[in-house]
Amino acid sequence: MASLKALKMRINSVKSTQKITKAMKMVAAAKLRRATEAAEASRPYAERLEAVVSSIASKVTVGPQSPKLLAGSGNSDVHLFVVATSDKGLAGAFNTNIVRLARRQAEALKAEGKAVKFYTIGKKGRDQLSRTFRGDIIHSIEPGDLGKLTYADVQAWGEDLTARFEAGDFDVAHLFFSKFENVLTQTPTQIQLMPVAVTAGEGDAVGVSATVEYEPDEEEILADLLPRNVAVQLLRANRENAASEQGSKMTAMDNATRNAGDMINKLTIQYNRTRQAAITTELIEIIAGAEAL
Amino acid sequence: MALRFELVTPEKLYRSDDVYMVVVPGSEGDFGVLEGHSPMMSTLRNDAALEIYATQGATPERLIIAGGFAEVNENGLTVLAERVEA
Repeated sequence: MASLKALKMRINSVKSTQKITKAMKMVAAAKLRRATEAAEASRPYAERLEAVVSSIASKVTVGPQSPKLLAGSGNSDVHLFVVATSDKGLAGAFNTNIVRLARRQAEALKAEGKAVKFYTIGKKGRDQLSRTFRGDIIHSIEPGDLGKLTYADVQAWGEDLTARFEAGDFDVAHLFFSKFENVLTQTPTQIQLMPVAVTAGEGDAVGVSATVEYEPDEEEILADLLPRNVAVQLLRANRENAASEQGSKMTAMDNATRNAGDMINKLTIQYNRTRQAAITTELIEIIAGAEAL
Repeated sequence: MALRFELVTPEKLYRSDDVYMVVVPGSEGDFGVLEGHSPMMSTLRNDAALEIYATQGATPERLIIAGGFAEVNENGLTVLAERVEA
């Protein structure tokens, strides 16, 4: 049985761990509020752009001269997975869930005989994916603090991705991130990034009935907007990720704090039992000594 | 007579107001938008000034925008811009 002193030390160490996890939980809660605000603030732009793009795209007939981002390369042999995770762990299953979805999709595509390449955002995603797909990762980005990401940062990645797409490095690009539903639920999500997936019917929102004047013509506007759409999608994914990460971290740290509390209770009971046993032994010794006289 | 005007950046909804007129620096020339303008879409010149007239004859408020796109529909004018400087 552990000595009294050893038990006391363990209790103290668990207590200080609990203090740390409690502090981390509170920090995550504060950051979460800011991250959700940022995620909501970036929504109007993304929604409007999407509405405009799909309304123009539905009018333009896809031909050989249309932008590649709209028409695609014509086949779907090489897939690129843009996997957005974070640089830091300690957020429960946040990174793992995103990677797991990507890995499952990758294996399904590989089983169909397609090639899959990875473009990772975030250290954790790269580390986890390199265990199984080491040779398939073509580029990795370390975004740092997701909450501080600006549009300018994301724009550079978008341009890089578009350039690779134009060069024919891949045929289809998918974006993986964690969608923030609420503090308890974050769903790993996959969307198609390139070529642009045109959702029919949504274009009605931008007054299709009226004859809209275009300056310059539709094709040129599209060529201007489509690369921007890529960057906006990336920004959206990273904003959602920032909120999800903090939500996930908050839950994980809350659990850790509670577990530490349980542990302290258990150890305290053990400590008290041991102390009482020591007192009883001492008493028996004294009584036995007195009786022997 | 008011024009519903919205200026949106990727980071936030920058401005949402009822104004009298907005002069938009379109890539094929400036154009003024009043209420009831016919529907149109246009890309914008980079680093050009967007002029907002709150009321008729008022001194315009100038915002420098870059990477922009303007859309006029029956609900008003929406300008999407990547960067806005007052």
